Amino acid sequence: MSPKTLYDKIWDAHLAHEAEDGTCLLYIDRHLVHEVTSPQAFEGLRMAGRPVHAPDKTIAVPDHNVPTTLDRANGIDNEESRIQVDALDKNAKDFGIHYYPVSDVRQGIVHIVGPEQGWTLPGMTVVCGDSHTATHGAFGSLAHGIGTSEVEHVLATQTLIQRKGKNMKVEITGKLRPGVTAKDITLSVIGETGTAGGTGYVIEYCGEAIRDLSMEGRMTVCNMAIEGGARAGLIAPDEKTFEYCMGRPHAPKGAQWEAALAWWKTLYSDDDAEWDKVITIKGEDIAPVVTWGTSPEDVLPITATVPSPSDFTGGKVEAAQRALDYMGLVPGTPLDEVAIDTVFIGSCTNGRIEDLRAAAAILKGKKIKDGMRAMVVPGSGLVRAQAEEEGLADIFIDAGFEWRLAGCSMCLAMNPDQLQPGERCAATSNRNFEGRQGRGGRTHLLSPAMAAAAAITGHLTDVRDMM
Amino acid sequence: MDKFTTLTGVAAPMPLINIDTDMIIPKNFLKTIKRSGLGVNLFDEMRYDDNGAEKPDFVLNKPAYRNAEILVAGDNFGCGSSREHAPWAIKDFGIRCVISTSFADIFFNNCFKNGILPIVLPQEDVDKLMDDAERGANAILTVDLEAQTITGPDGGTIGFEVDAHKKHCLLEGLDDIDLTLEKAGAIKSFESRAAMERPWV
Repeated sequence: MSPKTLYDKIWDAHLAHEAEDGTCLLYIDRHLVHEVTSPQAFEGLRMAGRPVHAPDKTIAVPDHNVPTTLDRANGIDNEESRIQVDALDKNAKDFGIHYYPVSDVRQGIVHIVGPEQGWTLPGMTVVCGDSHTATHGAFGSLAHGIGTSEVEHVLATQTLIQRKGKNMKVEITGKLRPGVTAKDITLSVIGETGTAGGTGYVIEYCGEAIRDLSMEGRMTVCNMAIEGGARAGLIAPDEKTFEYCMGRPHAPKGAQWEAALAWWKTLYSDDDAEWDKVITIKGEDIAPVVTWGTSPEDVLPITATVPSPSDFTGGKVEAAQRALDYMGLVPGTPLDEVAIDTVFIGSCTNGRIEDLRAAAAILKGKKIKDGMRAMVVPGSGLVRAQAEEEGLADIFIDAGFEWRLAGCSMCLAMNPDQLQPGERCAATSNRNFEGRQGRGGRTHLLSPAMAAAAAITGHLTDVRDMM
Repeated sequence: MDKFTTLTGVAAPMPLINIDTDMIIPKNFLKTIKRSGLGVNLFDEMRYDDNGAEKPDFVLNKPAYRNAEILVAGDNFGCGSSREHAPWAIKDFGIRCVISTSFADIFFNNCFKNGILPIVLPQEDVDKLMDDAERGANAILTVDLEAQTITGPDGGTIGFEVDAHKKHCLLEGLDDIDLTLEKAGAIKSFESRAAMERPWV
């Protein structure tokens, strides 16, 4: 047999049909659904009189619109948001799919709930009407975002019309230095490839630094594969993966677990597999990083200075000038002197327990800067409960952070958590696009520990100085 | 789905690279449960000021481009989120074809599901069409999907590549779900096989 990559293996195991022109039907094992990109798809099913093909493989949870304030049991004030969440309630009930409503302690961001509940398992195909579906690739599952028409297609047929992508290997060799995290890895990779560098590819992340990451860290890395243009990012499953999955509510048990494990252990790229593109970065060369502009590729070590448009070529010159104008930054300013007024810790990128531990470790016994608005939004109700049990919530509250309920919150400002024009936020989320966190809002992406450090000092800060 | 065969219309230039889906349709317009009516908010934050008044220097606010049906855009158009609201807004505005050196994958696929033709061309061809588009109301391009050609205002023609299956669906206005359901037998036999091989799924 010819050598295969991990992507090749998962692809082959899910190929339901291949037409003569190479158009394929890929079978989907798990379809995750949230309230923003699904109403039109369910409406389409209703109009055509079609059922959901595999309701037992379809899991829904509201996350983008839901308020994260403690009073949310009183309902959603914004009428449009309420209608969208109500529509998901109704669609989940009418079509008989698995559902975690706002009132359920397991509710949270769809990409955190899926793995937490054991829906996401190695070797699966996972889709969701959300680009950050790449997160699930951390389990060695082929996971990517789809549009609403494709959501309807998967609901109706449990398949997706696909053409196979190309294979890219991103290897992070050796060890990371202290203070450097999964977020710094994934941002640094995007800094290297650019936001279009992964277009047409599925990325497999590998190397010692990736192996050394926890499952939470691996999810952070894969989450941002889409920011590098790749539809999906993958990490081969190993003992850490199996240990994470074991005992989860929807993970297999007994003999089925053993059978699953036997197959999962075959899920790796063969030594002599062929790659269309290879990128290698030394782990020791990665520093704690922040973004300075309005694209995730605008990334630099915290020790650097704001660049000048003249540092770039081609279309990036105009884009950099526009980004600097929008961000209100002057070339040559040291990044660690950029003052911020808001800190957001959360999102599907960094809203898991390990992220909260990392931030709390920096904040313990300290206070946030006077006038700083700082919030922690756990990725799920269960992450929140665990953080309370571990005493992390008290550390955040004592430091001056707001301690919120689970949801997407300020990552995309579809809910009440938004930046005002000109406000500058240190955010652990995934996009620094213009207006992403609120019209005119300015976003600097960074790791949870770096966000915590910035909350204390009031400006972007090298977390290594506080360790 | 609406067919796409040939299109002759004004092309608007947007040379900025990395135009993301948050720019195309900001998050506050994703709260709709419909597909229609988003055209008025296409490029909302670039197109209107804080009071909701049109910014006169934004390309689609200029008299020559208000009825543009084609967009010539900078590299990596449509990057960011999977929101299909982006192509819905583009189509609702009246644009049926976007030309760039590259598109983000999800946006690219979403276009075809909505009767919009995204065309990828080499930099030199996009530069040429960008120049054509800068000519305002005289920037009329003709896109012929069957022949896979773009004809500029001076009569010059550029060829383009398109996936054969996607081309067929656009030309005929075919619905993907109907096509896939014709293969229900293949799906069913896959499910039987998978239930044996991977019963835990």
